[in-house]
Amino acid sequence: MRLSPDEIIFWQHGFIKLNGTIVFTWGLMVVMAVGSKLITRNLSTDLTRSGWQNLLEILVTGIEKQIADVGLEQPKSYIDFLGTLFLFIALASLCTVVPGYEPPTGSLSTTAALALCVLVAVPFFGIKEQGLAGYLRSYAEPTFIMLPFNIISELSRTLALAVRLFGNMMSGAMILAILLTITPFLFPIAMSVLGLLTGMVQAYIFSILAAVYIAAATRSRKPKPSQPNPA
Amino acid sequence: MDSMTLIAIASIVTAGVTIALGSIGPALGEGRAVATALSSLAQQPDAAATITRTLFVGLAMIESIAIYCFVVSMILIFANPFWNHVIAQTAGK
Repeated sequence: MRLSPDEIIFWQHGFIKLNGTIVFTWGLMVVMAVGSKLITRNLSTDLTRSGWQNLLEILVTGIEKQIADVGLEQPKSYIDFLGTLFLFIALASLCTVVPGYEPPTGSLSTTAALALCVLVAVPFFGIKEQGLAGYLRSYAEPTFIMLPFNIISELSRTLALAVRLFGNMMSGAMILAILLTITPFLFPIAMSVLGLLTGMVQAYIFSILAAVYIAAATRSRKPKPSQPNPA
Repeated sequence: MDSMTLIAIASIVTAGVTIALGSIGPALGEGRAVATALSSLAQQPDAAATITRTLFVGLAMIESIAIYCFVVSMILIFANPFWNHVIAQTAGK
């Protein structure tokens, strides 16, 4: 019973293995990069535009609105990181309709890498927004006793992100594999539809949680200047 | 009962009990969360977007607990270090 796409080996030379995770991740990256490049070659701003450009615009404005709803001002500076997270995980889950494909997020390596990206991005955006001293001071809030708890919560949030995504993707693939050996026809199709749904939800959850963590790190703690009373 | 049998029994039973007990709490919690979200949606339909988004985030956090139990159960069945150690010993003998 295959536990992750790590075990599909396409090519091996010594200890360098080209396994399923790497091949499918690179395949997704090529599809996303080449597809976007082809669609954005001739952008048009009038009313007649290609359906693909419409699709990309819907995606970008939708993600931007979600990021603004979470509470991040200037969503445009965060949309490249958060949008890429969402689109990569969503596309990784959507492509399960292609036969012979296993989502690379079903391997703990991929999800751990994505969670580590979030772990690095949160201090990065926090320091960019508040300066180094301001960001480090936020760890000692509300009192100094909370310093170890804040650090531990930072690390456990990252672990939770990785394991949540990995568990959801792996369980979907495993349920499908088990059902295919028991009742192969209708029930596996229902389960794969459920797997698609949970994949989309998990992509949304991952990026929204990353946005919430970044918003918590960049929230300005300076007291707002009071508005002058209109006399 | 030698140690190999004991390890096998313990792993199998623990895997089953882990996932059985570990699904009860999150299921109850998610049920309560969705019920509260539905009642607040009925009270304030204009805030549907915020309520729905918060509901999904909350459900994902509750679901993570069940996922942790599932991962432990899978490790016990498929990537069990104690079982691998015992198998390697008997293969080497």
